[in-house]
Parts: sequence; C-alpha cells; structure tokens
Amino acid sequence: MVHTPNSRRARLVTGALMALTLTMTAAACGGDSDEASDGGKIKLTVATFNEFGYEGLIEEYNAMQDDVVVEQKKAGTANEHQDNLYTKLAAGSGLSDIEAIEVDWLAALMEESDAFVDLSDPEVEDRWLDWKTEAATTEDGALIGYGTDIGPEGICYRADLFKKAGLPTDRDEVAKLFTSWDDYFATGREFVAKVPDVSWYDASGATAQAMINQTEYSFEDQDNNVIAADNPQVKDVFDTVTSLSEEGLSTKLVQWSEDWTASFQNDGFATMACPGWMLGVIEGNADGVEGWDVANVFPGGAGLWGGSYLTVPQQSEHPEEAMALAKWLTAPEQQIKAFEAKGTFPSQNEALSDPVLLESTNAFFNDAPTGEILAERAEAIDFIPHKGPKYADINTAFQQAIQRVDEGKESADEAWQSFLADVERLG
Amino acid sequence: MTLDSSALKPVGDTADPVSPTGGRAPVRRRPSAWRRRLSRWDTRLSPYLYISPFFVLFLLVGMFPLGYTAWVSVHEWGLLSGQGDFIGLENYSRVVEDRYFWNALRNTLSIFLLSSVPQVLIALVLAGLLDTQLRGRTLWRMSVLIPFVVAPAAVALIFGNVFGDRYGLVNEALGAFGIGPIRWHVDTLASHVAIASMVNWRWTGYNALIFLAAMQAVPRELYESAALDGAGRVRQFAAITLPMIRPTLLFVIITSTIGGLQIFAEPRLFDTQGLGGSDRQYQTLTMYLWELGWRVRDLGMASAVAWLLFLIIIVFALVNLAISRRVGTLGGRR
Repeated sequence: MVHTPNSRRARLVTGALMALTLTMTAAACGGDSDEASDGGKIKLTVATFNEFGYEGLIEEYNAMQDDVVVEQKKAGTANEHQDNLYTKLAAGSGLSDIEAIEVDWLAALMEESDAFVDLSDPEVEDRWLDWKTEAATTEDGALIGYGTDIGPEGICYRADLFKKAGLPTDRDEVAKLFTSWDDYFATGREFVAKVPDVSWYDASGATAQAMINQTEYSFEDQDNNVIAADNPQVKDVFDTVTSLSEEGLSTKLVQWSEDWTASFQNDGFATMACPGWMLGVIEGNADGVEGWDVANVFPGGAGLWGGSYLTVPQQSEHPEEAMALAKWLTAPEQQIKAFEAKGTFPSQNEALSDPVLLESTNAFFNDAPTGEILAERAEAIDFIPHKGPKYADINTAFQQAIQRVDEGKESADEAWQSFLADVERLG
Repeated sequence: MTLDSSALKPVGDTADPVSPTGGRAPVRRRPSAWRRRLSRWDTRLSPYLYISPFFVLFLLVGMFPLGYTAWVSVHEWGLLSGQGDFIGLENYSRVVEDRYFWNALRNTLSIFLLSSVPQVLIALVLAGLLDTQLRGRTLWRMSVLIPFVVAPAAVALIFGNVFGDRYGLVNEALGAFGIGPIRWHVDTLASHVAIASMVNWRWTGYNALIFLAAMQAVPRELYESAALDGAGRVRQFAAITLPMIRPTLLFVIITSTIGGLQIFAEPRLFDTQGLGGSDRQYQTLTMYLWELGWRVRDLGMASAVAWLLFLIIIVFALVNLAISRRVGTLGGRR
C-alpha cells in the first residue's frame, strides 16, 4: 500500500540526484584534471613544433633523473603551435611546462612577459650569442627564453643548371659571384637568358623576406611605431622584387604551397636562400634530384631566418624543475646532439666552435661542409633586424601584396596601395 | 536514497496509529493530501527532471558561450591582454566598416550556394537511385559514406594537390583536352568551385544516406498505385517521394545551411597562410573570425563577427524553411 508513493518519491529523488551529478560532472570537466605526478615523479611536458631534435635528449634526461619524467608534445607546424600557445595563454591554463617559441612571435610575446618565468641566471649568462639573448631580455632585465637554434643563411643552388647556363659550378667560385643583391640579380638575368624555362629563385616572397631581414628597422621603428608605409627601404624592396618577377627571375610561386613543393621536382628554379633547417626541407622535396650544392655567401652580407627559444610559462606547476630542464636542453653539448639529429644550427657560443659542427658535411649537397659554411654565415651577422609586436601581421600583408602582383591580380601600384590600406587596418 | 519515507512525513503522522476501523478517514487525510500533492508534483515535474541533464548541459556548453560571446563583443578584448573597457557596439561598427568583412560575407554566400545547392540535389538523386533493387545494395549504400570517414584536413591536403595551379592533376587532365590551366588558387570563382567540390565530396554521401532512410519509410503501396495510374519513375519521385520525405528534406536543408555558412577547414587549408588567398578571394566568415581572433588577436571584434554570423544563419534558416515548405507542397497537395 505504501509502495507506490514511496517508489515515486524514490524516483523523484533519483532524478534530482542524477541531474545534480551530471551537472557536477560537467562542471568538473572544466577544471584541471591533469594529475602532475606519475608514480610519485614530477611530470614535465615540453611543447615544440617541426623538428627540434629532442627525442634522444629527452630519453637521456629521463634516464638521468629519478624524480622527473619528461614528455614531449610536438606540433606539426609552427603556426599550429602558435595558435595553441596564444589560446592557452589567453585561457590562463593548459600550457606545457616548457613552451618553444619562434623568433618572429617573440616581440608580441615580450609584451606579455609577465606570463613567463624570468629565466635569467648567472650560470648561463654568456652561453648564447649576445643578440640572441638580448632579443629575449625585457627592459627590466628579465630573460624570458633560452636560445635553441638560429637560422644563418647561405645560398643553395643547382650546380647542374648552373652548368647549363655556363655559370661556374664550384661552390667557392659561386660564392664569389654574388656578394651583393645587384650581382645576384644580374647573374639571375644572365641565367634566365640562357635557360628561359627555369626561374632564378624559388619565390618572390622569400627574396623579399631576405632583403627585409637585412633592414634594421623595416616595418616598425625602435619605439614600435608602424613605419612600413613611409619607409623608403620597404618600398624599394617591393619595387625590386615585383619588377624582377616581370623579368622572369621568380617562379611566382608561394613558399610552402603545393606548387612550390612540386617545383623542386620539375626544375622550377636554380637558387634559394637556405638556413640550416632548410637543407632538410630541400633534401625531402628534391628527393632523387641531383646537383644541389651550398655556397658560402649571402647577398648583402648576412641573413637570418628563423630560430627559437624555450620558455617556461608562469602557468607551470613546477617552474624550477622546468627551468632546470630548459637549461639542460639548451646547453651546448645537447644542442650539438640536436644538430646532429635534425640539423638545427646552435645559438650557443661554445657549440659554434665544436668540431662535430665544423666537420659535418651533407652528402645530398655534394658533400658540402655545411657545418663550417653555416658557422661562417653566422659570424657574418653583425646586427639583427628589429621585429616589433606588429611585425608578423604586417609582414603577412607585405607578402600577400607581392603575391597579388605575381598572380596578376593587381598591378604593382594597386598592390602597394592595398598594402598601405592593410597596414592602416592593422593600426 | 537515504531519505526514507518517514523523514518526509509530517510530525503528527507517526504518532497516529493506523487502525483498520472507524478512525481511519481523519487519520489518513493529512498524509494523503500531502502525498497527493507530492504525487502531482511527481507527474508534473519528473519528466522535466529526466530531460534536465540535456538542458543543463546545453545551458553550460550552448547558451553560456553564446551569452559570453555577446558579453565579449561589447568590450575591448585582446586575446592575450584580456578584458578591456566597455565600448558598446563599437566592435560591430568596426566589423561592418571593414572591407574584408563584406568580402568574407560574399565569399561565404558564394561557396555556400556552390556547395549546399548541388549537394542536396545530387544527394536526392543518389538516394533515389540507391532506393531501387540494385545488386549488392549494401555495398553501394556504404560506399557513398566513405568520403565522410576521411578527415577534412586530409581531404584538404589531397584536393590541394589535385587543384594545384601549375602541377595539379585537374589542370593536367584539362590540358589534355586543350583547356588552358585554370588558376584554382588565384581566380575567385575557380577557387570557390574547388573548395565547394571538397565540401560536396565529403557531405553528399552522408546526406544521401539520410534521404535514403527517409525514402525507405515511404509505403510501397503508394508507388504501386501510382504505377497502376500510369505515373513514370520521375513523376513518382516528384509526386510521392519528395512530399513524403519533406520533414527529412527540411532537416537536411537546414543542417547544410548551417554547415555551409560555417565552412572553415577546407578553405583554411587550401593554402599555407590560411587567410584565403593573396586577395582573400576565398576567405569565409569563419576564417575572417579566426583571423581577427588569432592573427589580429582582437577577441572583441571576433566575437562581434560570431554574433553577426549567428544572426545571418538564423535569417538563412528561416528563408530556407519558407522556401522548402513551398517546394514540398508543390508535388503533393497534402
């Protein structure tokens, strides 16, 4: 007799409890359920992108440590890593204990330097090239990142195509051909006159980028005011590159596009700017193509392309252990191992004179002494261009303007006008 | 479950012995009134309680983001710097004044039309064909779903190669017929066609299967009597199938409208910069939103775009609803 109301009540209570439980579970999901310990050990994560060459090093570190377990999180591309980093910085949680950052976003992240642990330590004061450390040091003297690699550039070229055009093919002679941009372009004109179906360089954007990187203040001045629109040097680069495209020196392709990748297999071009990490890219894209070589020269003196840092976000629950790990990973001995694994060229003073680096050769590039060449290219660098917080955004607009001319969507004048409008929009 | 019945009873209740004889009515009245009320609440409230988990979750993951986005959109809000001043509708006016917003809107509509319209039509025909006595029916039916299983990013990579401007497969095939290379990544319309074909490749089979399920529920007698009356296959399809599957038609049209206006992965991965080409010729609204939020790092403006997109989708869904109601009633006079 009491059965019915009682079980109804039971149902009511069950329903209420279920609803409550579900709500609480859902709410709990929002919290951080990532348990830091793993069998009593502290778990550290290292987030990198592309290839840092850290796989073997992390194994080595794990074997050395009793109370720390390190795990690497690799993103496929730098962009993907950057998006993840920004999102989690904004959210205030979810970052790894060590986050790698690329030099192009460094300036924008320096504005958020509070989000990173100050890594300055007398022990590592003179470990890196001066400019590498300076770029990651705030006005108050806090160091937000330890340098990993840098990207000194040489010129990679196709010796077989050079021969076809009657140019010298030996890498020392090629190095004498173009120490200035004017010589580089003049040789290019000579080349395309002889071999008209092959372009001189791989992409207009890459050449423009190399020239912009040799300008101390390109898009922003020392106070980070945007000067892109009025800077005669920027306009000069734009005019030069777009007119060379008309002369047939450029493939008119965009770097990293499918067509660009395919052009390695189709004798698309004869030369390209190549930092150390590009050697591996060329070898992959041009698999089976013979004739690649590297010359110890860069038009206009020296050039840098890319290079990274390791940072420890304030979000990390084990900043001290993370800092110790970052210090170990970026030590010269370890960076040399990373260089051996993936060709990431070291930014550490001591590593630059390491025999392993200096004696390394690359079979794909006709056994060129790539370690020695890149080390000399690195020494030739006397300043690094200023990159402010808007640099990456303006650079994208600049590259797109050049691309519009290459694609014939706009004339050079129209493209420059719309670039100015884009700069205005970015404010 | 620890709450046993006595705890819920009024205090006086336990003191009253329940006698089987005369005194029963006055003793039972109070508890039974209470119980009746409880039982009434039970019947009324329980169903809501049982479905409440969905709505609680929906409030958390559906309504809350919607409201929070609205809140963000009326503030200055940097991706890294966080909340700034309240600025009312300024983000909206800045978005509406931005030429890239209108460009993105145009591209979105163009890609939406090029994808959703052929997609639904082809899916309908495909479903009609699959709804016949084919040999190895299951094989055919399952194979239209294969493209759906492939991750969109993989589709974008494959199609990116297929639609390469210089060394792509499509252009080489066209070249064999003497048709000049089409610049799939450069020309506005060509890029829209390429992107729409990726979307269609992925979703047509999926929609066809949904249509097929609806078609199988149409009573076969209707076709038999129509055939007796002399109606051909096409007539049967227009006069019986279409009106009978109208609810499903509405469902597919509305979902593909929502999906079509939010296309992101395919155009985003169509080139390496992810801004929709050198002239943003295939930047869709969701890509524009992403650019504002993660490249320009202005979440306020990005949220304003999100809300504008939300409103646009509602308008489109309503228009589609109206149109497809009409279409559905044309065939059968029901």
